[in-house]
Amino acid sequence: MGRKFWKNTEVGVYRVLMFLATSIIAIALLLIIVSILYKGLPSLNWQMLTQVPKGGYYFGKEGGILNAIIGSLYLSFGATILSFIISLPLAVYINIHRAKQKRLVNTVRFLLDLLWGVPSIVYGAFGFTIMIYFGLRASLLAGIITVTLFIIPIMVRSMDEVFKTVPKGLIEAALSLGSTRSETSYKVLSRQCIPGIITAILLAFGRAIGDAAAILFTTGYTDYIPTSLSQPTATLPLSIFFQLGSPIPEVQNRAYASAVVLTVIILIISIISRILSRKYYQERIK
Amino acid sequence: MGNESKIKIDNLNLHIGKNHILKNIHVSIPERQLTVILGPSGCGKTTLLKSLNRLTDLYPEMKIDGSIFLNEEDILHSKTEITLLRKKMGLLSQSPYPLPMSIYDNIAYGLRISGRRKKKYLIKRVEHYLTQVSLWDEVKDRLKDSASSLSIGQQQRLCLARGLAVDPEIILADEPTSALDPLSSKQIEELFVKLKQRYTIVVVTHILRQARRIADYVIFMYMGEVIEHGPAKDFFENPKEELTKEYLKGAFN
Repeated sequence: MGRKFWKNTEVGVYRVLMFLATSIIAIALLLIIVSILYKGLPSLNWQMLTQVPKGGYYFGKEGGILNAIIGSLYLSFGATILSFIISLPLAVYINIHRAKQKRLVNTVRFLLDLLWGVPSIVYGAFGFTIMIYFGLRASLLAGIITVTLFIIPIMVRSMDEVFKTVPKGLIEAALSLGSTRSETSYKVLSRQCIPGIITAILLAFGRAIGDAAAILFTTGYTDYIPTSLSQPTATLPLSIFFQLGSPIPEVQNRAYASAVVLTVIILIISIISRILSRKYYQERIK
Repeated sequence: MGNESKIKIDNLNLHIGKNHILKNIHVSIPERQLTVILGPSGCGKTTLLKSLNRLTDLYPEMKIDGSIFLNEEDILHSKTEITLLRKKMGLLSQSPYPLPMSIYDNIAYGLRISGRRKKKYLIKRVEHYLTQVSLWDEVKDRLKDSASSLSIGQQQRLCLARGLAVDPEIILADEPTSALDPLSSKQIEELFVKLKQRYTIVVVTHILRQARRIADYVIFMYMGEVIEHGPAKDFFENPKEELTKEYLKGAFN
């Protein structure tokens, strides 16, 4: 009695809490998936995936959401690539080249965390202001730039956390071979961190493709597939938003079908990246 | 055996905050011999070793002054080209850190960053260095496998081969056998004895018996100071300082 009793109680309480937390998340996920599938699947058809909206689509007539699918892919791939080009060097720079200046590095981290916390609608409004200032109209380019700004903090901080876990011995080993700091970073450490970097990219991509607020004012919305960066474009989140706002039940159901498409795209990207990172995961040094 | 000194450490001091880690180190390391830096844990052996190839740069809290001469060039001078300097020294750490790539690439990496990229040449050199550390026969059929799939002992020999591949003059080893089983440790020790014909080797250890087995020259440190240094024979048979005598008797262990 006494000590042992309390120890067992402690373990029991934590076990129940853990079980509850896990089930809430699992159930929520399941409910989301089931409800969009239940409402969306009946309306999902080949025509919807392969056609752009025809006249009267938003009143329940013929057409599809190909414009939004392509638009979202352009936008999120564009923004992800652009922010990767900025984020990886930044994450490497603060972890390797400036690692000695603890205060500078921590300030950068703090600023990025602040930016991470800024709601995406604020980025949207900011992007809109910039756009007006330069006399641009709502376009794919303006959307890509706004979303890039919005996902950079996410990407940099996720990569940053990965770089922090690199064993010091590995850095010492690479430097001792006479590698420069950049060779150490890009040829050795990045390799060690590839699984984490892929996760960071995925996280940012998921935010980019799913966000509606940042692109509300900046990319506009059209029924056509954009053929240049200066044209406005439709996106899946906004397509869902507009269709769900319709009073016609048929159109509302198409919104759920669009949500299914969005979810499936994210699922496919996740699976591909998992497969890509598996090879590198095995080569990692523990 | 030549008695030319390879590295000259002159009035070296190192502080971390208010702690004086290395105190007025003044010692030379002979060329093409195996020098052992001996001493109890926490006496500054590893720090001294790391200042030799300026890995101390990685630790912002370390303040270092004095000079370390390698072939008349001051390692600690801020204008010294640090990557070239590090290529002259291979490092073997306490536990092996192979690079996160294949066995083959681990060796080829050092060659590639020195600008040698011809495939035929690389294949030949990789075999050469793996043979030097007696690893070739064990891995020749799995060169494309990840280096982390090797056993710890094999990984340590791979790290040694990787270090040799950049064609160093000096091999620095920081308690290189502390993570290894007795058999692997023996292999590493034998390799050192073989390699000292061609390289200057500096081994940090706190294992007295290991020092007796392999050392040509001994630097004995205690609490950040060099207490005594000299050829292994003199050091073990005729120690001059009281502290050394006590240590050799095993009073510290």
